[in-house]
Amino acid sequence: MSTRDGGLSLLRRASRVGENAPRPDGTLKVRGEFAYSSDLYAEGMLWGATVRSTEVHARICSVDISGALATPGVHVVVTADDVPGSPYYGLDGDDQPVFASAVVRHLGEPIAAVAADHPEAARLAASRVVVEYEPLAPLLDPERALTAEPIHPNGNLFRHLPIRKGDPDATGDVVVEGSYATGMQDQAFLGPESGLAIPDSGGDGVELFISTQWLHVDRDQVAACLGLEPERVRLTLSGVGGAFGAREDISLQVHLCMLALRAGRPVKMVYNRAESFFGHVHRHPSRLWYRHHADRDGTLVKVEARLLLDGGAYLSSSFHVLGNAASFAVGPYRVPNVVIDSWNVRTNNPPCGAMRGFGVVQSCFGHEAQMDKLAAALGHDPVELRLRNALGHGDTCATGQRITGTLPMAEVIARTAALPLPPELTEHTPMLALPGGAGRCADRSRVVRGVGFAASYKNLMYAEGFDDFSTARCRIDHGVVTVHCACAEVGQGFVTLVCQIAREVLRIDDVVVAPADTVEVGSAGSTSASRQTWMSGGAVEAACIAARDRVISELALRSGVEVASLVLVDDRVVSGDGRVDTTMTEAAAGLVVDETREFHHAPTQPLDENGQGDAHVSFSGTAHRAVVDVDLDLGLVRVVQIATAQDVGRALNPLAVGGQIEGGVAQGVGLAVMEEIVVDGGRIRNASFTDYLIPTALDMPEVVWDLIEEPEPGAPFGAKGVGEPPVVSSTPAVVAAIRAATGLALDRVPVRPQDIVRGRASTAT
Amino acid sequence: MNDEPTSHAVTPEVGYVLRVNGREHRIEAAWSGESLLWVLRERLGLSGSKNACEQGECGSCSVLVDGRLVCACLVLAASAVGAEITTVEGASPQGVLTDVQSAFLAEGAVQCGFCTPGLVMSVHDLLKANPEPDDLEVREAISGNLCRCTGYGRIFAAIENTVAARRGAES
Ligand code: FES
Ligand code: FES
Repeated sequence: MSTRDGGLSLLRRASRVGENAPRPDGTLKVRGEFAYSSDLYAEGMLWGATVRSTEVHARICSVDISGALATPGVHVVVTADDVPGSPYYGLDGDDQPVFASAVVRHLGEPIAAVAADHPEAARLAASRVVVEYEPLAPLLDPERALTAEPIHPNGNLFRHLPIRKGDPDATGDVVVEGSYATGMQDQAFLGPESGLAIPDSGGDGVELFISTQWLHVDRDQVAACLGLEPERVRLTLSGVGGAFGAREDISLQVHLCMLALRAGRPVKMVYNRAESFFGHVHRHPSRLWYRHHADRDGTLVKVEARLLLDGGAYLSSSFHVLGNAASFAVGPYRVPNVVIDSWNVRTNNPPCGAMRGFGVVQSCFGHEAQMDKLAAALGHDPVELRLRNALGHGDTCATGQRITGTLPMAEVIARTAALPLPPELTEHTPMLALPGGAGRCADRSRVVRGVGFAASYKNLMYAEGFDDFSTARCRIDHGVVTVHCACAEVGQGFVTLVCQIAREVLRIDDVVVAPADTVEVGSAGSTSASRQTWMSGGAVEAACIAARDRVISELALRSGVEVASLVLVDDRVVSGDGRVDTTMTEAAAGLVVDETREFHHAPTQPLDENGQGDAHVSFSGTAHRAVVDVDLDLGLVRVVQIATAQDVGRALNPLAVGGQIEGGVAQGVGLAVMEEIVVDGGRIRNASFTDYLIPTALDMPEVVWDLIEEPEPGAPFGAKGVGEPPVVSSTPAVVAAIRAATGLALDRVPVRPQDIVRGRASTAT
Repeated sequence: MNDEPTSHAVTPEVGYVLRVNGREHRIEAAWSGESLLWVLRERLGLSGSKNACEQGECGSCSVLVDGRLVCACLVLAASAVGAEITTVEGASPQGVLTDVQSAFLAEGAVQCGFCTPGLVMSVHDLLKANPEPDDLEVREAISGNLCRCTGYGRIFAAIENTVAARRGAES
């Protein structure tokens, strides 16, 4: 792979750590030649389609596949009866059926799959699978989950997590209370779920090309369901069109392999957009209750909270989403006394799991609304109040963990507040830039501006005792470096970072990133939890250091000098006596070096019965200031600007960090004002991009960002993961700004036009 | 999910010729309901046009049909007979990136890249019609191209730089 072709010929040399390195896959991507999982082709391949439940909760009386089998072009139909191995899978525990057999627990649950020679034939056949249901009363209200009949043998409670810190009876001079709610958000990646499975000729193994966030954990789940040894199932990452948490769970992987093994032919499957809404988990909707106590000077005394997350029909990662929601429920503030109870429950709503921000987004909406309420009650400036209580190095979190690394929260807050504001709204502001945008419906005199502020912090890496290590392999063959790591590149730019780290460590410019797979290299862990820069970055660094050391010791041997006398000076290896002076590329010529290393972070602990413990590895803080214009009559909001300072440890590729910030802000703005999967009676009402809106170029505010670089001890190159923080506090900042503009309480996201219009109508009377 | 699909199994098959990126392609025994996007991707192997929604909402399938920017997912392939179709594969035929493509790379406008081919087509179309668009004109012109990764900021920067470079090249 070349990084110096096309428009990049101006680069003097290949970029290293800390520089704006270009993507090694960029040229292919701009030319439309990058192969995503939906672009794959194999000779003689069939097309798969899934049969999904049309009921929310029902007993399955019978499944008749004869009509499907009789459809011209159909080769195989598989159901629960055909699952060769474990009938269940799942991330935090396997409670989700590959295919529903006795009961369906949510709308769109897979019941069967079909493979045919044309996708339309497969879909037609799928529509001819006749399922007879006996409807059951659906459990739709999460508040009823704990008292209702269990809708699954494992019960309706995914997790209850209490947090008790300090004195539960402590009280403050000023007390504010509030209830809040967040809606169900979709990750809405653009590249649909898709893959290609190719059976081994003997039928006792399968190769799967797939978009995922964690190849090895997919492999283990797929192998278990297929009843095959893990090494008989070989996964290769194909191009991934975004992920944001939605590719952590299995979707079509097992179905695809079953079809291919049964048909004895390659099978490709591509969800369409509507199916994608049923094919992956979403962000948990939440109901939150908070009571904050503070002294008159604004010092927080106690936070009480109750958090309820609706996990939908299956467990997915609900256990750990709740761990995060509760751990960070008081926000980035020093709170000596904490009383939290939190629950994640099972219902017949669509299953929920990982999405960028992973539980912290929900509680942040609550704690930041509370901080503003508290500031108002005290008559304090909201930014000052946050500064006064800002968490930092040496302080303890709600979970009793002392922050031993960096967490410059005060600086994050102060620098966000100091960023320049956008120009005032004037009579010359073009209609297109007003609320309603291209609808050109705004009445300028009825548009009001508001400014809001929010701060947050979030953990990096997996938590609660999980050792989410990563593996990397560095091979130097006659001066060409090949780095192999199973880390899923989902768009974030890890492949760029691999090149930067390898060049930085090895001082050799020719670096090739090998395709990620489960055959040639061990697990890299998941591309989630803002962890790959640290974990796989660390593994790549360690493997490259080992390879470099081998090259240098071989050179010492050849040159008859002590290894210790050789030092790296820029791109050269030189000995103190001047006898050796060569480039690393020359030193590596004629050598083949192959080193594999595993990287582990410092161990963490599970939370105890009081929700206390050193459960998290590291933290990153961020703050957002939002400026909005609101059309008071139509309830339309235009987000004008988001300003943000983010604690990044060290920016290894500033342009890529900026891209993560802007992209994360877009998703936070989306949740604030437009994004919600509307679920009515357990049914998704807006499973399309026509009805589920994500921000367009016209919706997107200007984003002004500032990076706070305090290198994190223990992190490779001092860098913290940057992917999730931008999404966490941008949502509450926007809502705070809308509150400022409208004077309304607005306790739920997304804020819809009717919330503003009706809210104003009811406060006027 | 609830739509009753129709299939090639129940409708007549057709054969026709499409002219794509200056070359004629014969399509044989195709189901007449196939979209231009599907035919480009699956019958002609031109998978640069993407399939993020297949319902005209995302712009990832943007192509030119007789010089007009359209969503290939909304065009019946058989209805494009006789038209000149240009896809992203035809945007940089000689292997040299266009200025727009280079600017996307230099400005970090590409993350997962699923939206990128459609945006490349849209931006070329915009700059052809309006070589000096202001910020809002850019936003409006590409508001039919969804991107879920970038928040568009780097994309705006790439367009701005292309415009500036073209202006510089002219003067
Ligand atoms: S795939 Fe054509 S507009 Fe989305
Ligand atoms: S870069 Fe991923 S959708 Fe635009």
